[in-house]
Amino acid sequence: MDLVWEGIRGAFRLLVELDPEVLRVTALTLAVSGSATLVATAVGVVLGSFLALASFPGRRLALALVNTGMGLPPVAVGLLVAVLLWRSGPLGALGLIYTPAAMVIAQAVIALPIVTGFTAAAIGSLPPRLRLQVLALGASRWQALWLLLREARLPLLAAVMAGFGAAISEVGASLMVGGNIQGETRVLTTAIVLETSRGNFDLAIALSLLLLALVFAVNLLLTTVQQRRLS
Amino acid sequence: MGRPGPAKLALRDVLVRRQGRTVLEVPSLEVMDGEVLAVLGPNGAGKSTLLRVLALLERPSSGQVLWEGRPVTGDPLPYRRRMAVVFQEPLLLDMTVEANVRLGMSLRGLPRREQKQRARRWLERLGVGHLAHRSARHLSGGEAQRVSLARALALSPEVLLLDEPFAALDAPMQQEMVDELESLLRETATTAVLVTHDRAQALRLGDRVAVLMDGRLRQVGPPQTVFAQPADAEVARFLGVENVLPAEVVAVQGGLAQLQVGPRIVWAAAESLRGEGRAWACVRPEHIVLAPLGSGEEAGSARNRLPARVTRLAPVGPGPQVRVDLDCGFPLVAYVTATSAEQLGLRPGATVVASFKALSVHLIPR
Repeated sequence: MDLVWEGIRGAFRLLVELDPEVLRVTALTLAVSGSATLVATAVGVVLGSFLALASFPGRRLALALVNTGMGLPPVAVGLLVAVLLWRSGPLGALGLIYTPAAMVIAQAVIALPIVTGFTAAAIGSLPPRLRLQVLALGASRWQALWLLLREARLPLLAAVMAGFGAAISEVGASLMVGGNIQGETRVLTTAIVLETSRGNFDLAIALSLLLLALVFAVNLLLTTVQQRRLS
Repeated sequence: MGRPGPAKLALRDVLVRRQGRTVLEVPSLEVMDGEVLAVLGPNGAGKSTLLRVLALLERPSSGQVLWEGRPVTGDPLPYRRRMAVVFQEPLLLDMTVEANVRLGMSLRGLPRREQKQRARRWLERLGVGHLAHRSARHLSGGEAQRVSLARALALSPEVLLLDEPFAALDAPMQQEMVDELESLLRETATTAVLVTHDRAQALRLGDRVAVLMDGRLRQVGPPQTVFAQPADAEVARFLGVENVLPAEVVAVQGGLAQLQVGPRIVWAAAESLRGEGRAWACVRPEHIVLAPLGSGEEAGSARNRLPARVTRLAPVGPGPQVRVDLDCGFPLVAYVTATSAEQLGLRPGATVVASFKALSVHLIPR
C-alpha cells in the first residue's frame, strides 16, 4: 500500500513537471492510435454500410465473422502482423517492423471489426425503407449513403469511440510489432508495462493516469458532439 | 382523367422473381398521363413491388419500364428525379420539417430561394406550416405523413407514386387524408399511382383501377366497371361481392338467362352467354332488397324473389350497415340499414323475401 501511495505522489510530481519523455510518449500514443482509428473508420464505415445494405450470398456469414472479429485477441493480431512484417516475412521488404507505422497497422486491424460491426448495426437499425425514400427523392447511391450515415451519426460516433478505445488500450500487439523502442515506438501502454517490470511504480502509475485522462478527454469530446444533437 | 397520347409510364413483360418465387408478373400496364391509377389488391399481392418497379427503385428480373413510350435503360436517376414517392411510413430525416421538405429539391438542384418558397407553400397547403422549424422527431403520425406528402408535392413530380400512404393512420385521420389527397390530385392534375388494399379508396380516387392478386394483374378498368363486373370469382370476392354463387345455365332467351343455383332458379341479364354451361353468379349484398314474407311485393321489376330465412345478423363497420346472412336454398348475404333491419323485425329464424334484379347478377364463366 505504501508503494502505491508513493507511486501516486511521484505521478503527480512527474505530471506537473511535464517530463519530456512522458510528453513524447503521450504524443506518439495519440498519433498512432488516432491514425489507426482514422484508418479503421474510413474502411470500417464503408464496409459496415455495405454489409448492412447490400444483399449477397454469405452476408450472414460475413456479419458473423465481423462480430467474431470484435473479440479477436489483440496479441494474436499482433503476432500475425509481426510475422507479415518481419524482415524475413512476406512484407519484410517494406521495412515496417518496429516502426510506428507497424503499430498503426496492428491497431487498425484490431479496431476495424469493432467499427465495422457497430456501423452495420447502426445502419441496420434505420427504418428499412429509408434508403428507398432517399433514392426516390433523387439521391445518387453515394448521396444516399451519406444521408444514411448522417441519419445514424449518433451510433456511428459510438462506433468510432469504441474503435479508438480498443486501439489506445491495446498493448500486446503494439509490443510485438513496435518493439517498445524508446523514442521510436514506445507508447503509453507499452511504457507502463516496461516501467512496472523495472519497479518504477511512480512512473507506471503516472503513465496509467495519463492514459486514463487521455481516453476520458477524447471520449468526453466525442460524447459532447454526439449528445449535442439530442436536443 | 387521362390525357391522350402515349402512356406516361408503362411496364412491359415485367417479371420479378425472389428466392425462386415469382413475386410479380405484369405483361403490360400503362399509366396514362394525367390519370390516377389505383392498384388494388390484398396484402402480399405484390403491389409494393409493382410500385417500386414503376418508381425505378427496383430493377425487375426481366422486362422493361417505359417512360413516355421509351424504355428506361442505364442509370434511372434522371427519371427518379422527375417522380416522387410517398410510402406508408413518413420516413423523415433527423432535421427540421422545412429541411426535410427541401431535401428532395436540393438533391434535384433547385435554387435555395425556390426551395424555401415551395417548402413553405406546400407545408401551408397541407396544414402543417406552423411546424416548419420543429424537429421532425417531434411530430405525430398524422403530422409526419402530411410533411411527407408536402415533401413529395413540392417537387412538382411528373408522376406521384403512393404506397398505401394512409394505412398507418387511425380511421378518422385516414378519412381526412383521403379527402385531402382527392382535392390535391385534382388541383395539381398530377399523374399518380396509388397502391392500396382499401377498396373504398380505389373506388374514390382512381380514374382506373388495376386489381393485383398473387403478383398478377387480374383486371384493369374504370372503377365502376371493375366493381360491377369483376373478371373472375377471386377478384369478385376481394372486391366485396359477397355472393359468388355456383350456377348452371339452364336456358337463355331474350337476353335473360335462367340459372340453377342450388334448388332455386335465378334470373340474370345475360350480356353474352352460351345456352348452357357453368358460371359464377355474382350479386353485391347492397343490391338485395328484403321484405316481409307475403307482404304483397309482387309488383316491381325485380325478377328474382326468393323466400329466405335469416340465419345471422351482424353490423358492418362503423356505419349504419347491417349484414344479414340468409338461407334461401343456398347461402345469400344482404346489406341493409340498421333502421330497416329493425323495422322488418329481422332476427335469426325470421322469414323474408329476398329480391334482386336480373341486372344485378353478374356472370363469370366457370
